[in-house]
Amino acid sequence: MATYSTNEFKAGLKVMIDGDPGAIVENEFVKPGKGQAFNRVKIRNLKTGRIIERTFKSGDTIEAADVVDVELQYLYNDGEFWHFMNPETFEQLASDKAAVGDNAKWLKEQDICIVTLYNGVPITVMPPNTVTLKIVDTDPGLKGDTSGGGGKPATLETGAVVRVPLFVQIGETIKVNTRTGEYLSRA
Amino acid sequence: MKEYASGEWQPTAALEVLKLRAQLLERIRAFFSKRGVLEVETPILSTSGTPDPALASLATRYTGPLYPHGQTFYLQTSPEFPMKRLLASGIGSIYQICKVFRDGESGRLHNPEFTMVEWYRVGLDHVQLMHEVEALVGELLAGHVALAETEWLSYHEVFARHTGLEPHTATAEDFERVAREHEIHLPAGPKPHHDVAIWRDLLLTHLIEPRLGQGRLTFVYDYPASQAALAQVRPGNPPLAERFELYLNGIEMANGFHELADSAEQRMRFERQQHARSTTALPPVPRDERLLAALAHGLPDCSGVALGFDRLVMLAAGVRSIREAVAFPLDRA
Repeated sequence: MATYSTNEFKAGLKVMIDGDPGAIVENEFVKPGKGQAFNRVKIRNLKTGRIIERTFKSGDTIEAADVVDVELQYLYNDGEFWHFMNPETFEQLASDKAAVGDNAKWLKEQDICIVTLYNGVPITVMPPNTVTLKIVDTDPGLKGDTSGGGGKPATLETGAVVRVPLFVQIGETIKVNTRTGEYLSRA
Repeated sequence: MKEYASGEWQPTAALEVLKLRAQLLERIRAFFSKRGVLEVETPILSTSGTPDPALASLATRYTGPLYPHGQTFYLQTSPEFPMKRLLASGIGSIYQICKVFRDGESGRLHNPEFTMVEWYRVGLDHVQLMHEVEALVGELLAGHVALAETEWLSYHEVFARHTGLEPHTATAEDFERVAREHEIHLPAGPKPHHDVAIWRDLLLTHLIEPRLGQGRLTFVYDYPASQAALAQVRPGNPPLAERFELYLNGIEMANGFHELADSAEQRMRFERQQHARSTTALPPVPRDERLLAALAHGLPDCSGVALGFDRLVMLAAGVRSIREAVAFPLDRA
């Protein structure tokens, strides 16, 4: 079992916390001049996304989590699993609903996603920062309105619903920021 | 040859902050000169080290004339011991501005090598010395930090105010309960259940210190006898260590003592600390017999204090980390 000592703590380090894999977000060394040193740590639970705070006595150790981020190409969804492929080895991996979560609505075939594997199994799937998707439904809106103010909801080919300017129409492809869910531009 | 990212050769502190450092050093020297306190220098290297289990010394090795077969020298964690030898030789009130070294300490408020302003006042007790610290720090921060009226709180008062606990009698279970109530979690597994000192430090660092000295100097005094370090203990119920600390904006800036002068008591504390080191797997360090001999000869009644200069610069410059107050922290050294 690999372990890390508090001296190895830094943002991004993957560790086990409460039986789940986590990533250190912030690590602060605190010590009274004449007393015990502690590491005050914020850790993101990689399964739930929740951030928890923990304190360690400096010098303590914590179990390492076998977690790696890999770039995989999204292939298709079979109704239950989302299938990905390593573009170099052609090895395929299936991810369940829990790992894909709300990001399912951004997944478009061929796009390269960052898949976090815990003990070889996907636990989170991050779509690209920007995706290009086709509008399959939206109100026709007012012709000639180019102000972009107000906007209207549009349903995209992956099922995601984003607010778009009034001038954007069904059948067009647009760029969307997947982190904020905001319309960026026409593609 | 290791390659560095561009800019890595540059200081982490702004040049303005480095100029402020120089000004503050000048003003410290002027302050002591006006008060007739003598500047001294003592060796950074010593054949002995502090046995304080909360401090880890760095060490180096000298080989040459005097020590043909090599000798381990410890880098000082504070200039306290040699300065006390000067005091025992009758030099009078003294101060020193020097580098001190602590293994294992690096973080937002820590760099393993840092600058200490340490001074000893013959004939003053810790209460009088606290007022001198207030005068010096107030003068140095004037024009940089607006300070409300200084606050004076006993260790008992700060614990009662921020944790509701009586620090001198509370049990490990009491401390653990308060920690839990404030969502301070130690990880599962072996916990310092019975170690009251660790719980006290946990609550101090997580709950109390961040709230001390908000916009003002806060002095905390009368520590538990178990945290006396090198301070005199005043008999009573409970007995209290004549020790104080200074906080500003949640940051510990200074630690002072009404100095222990009793050689036998000092020897006993060294032995207790050596024992504590052995139980926590810390390496033993040679005891400073020259300090004990000086105390046996006679230390004048005096109080001493150490002020972290880099933290003072941080606060004066309004920067968030010690990196922004020193030219080259450890990772650029």
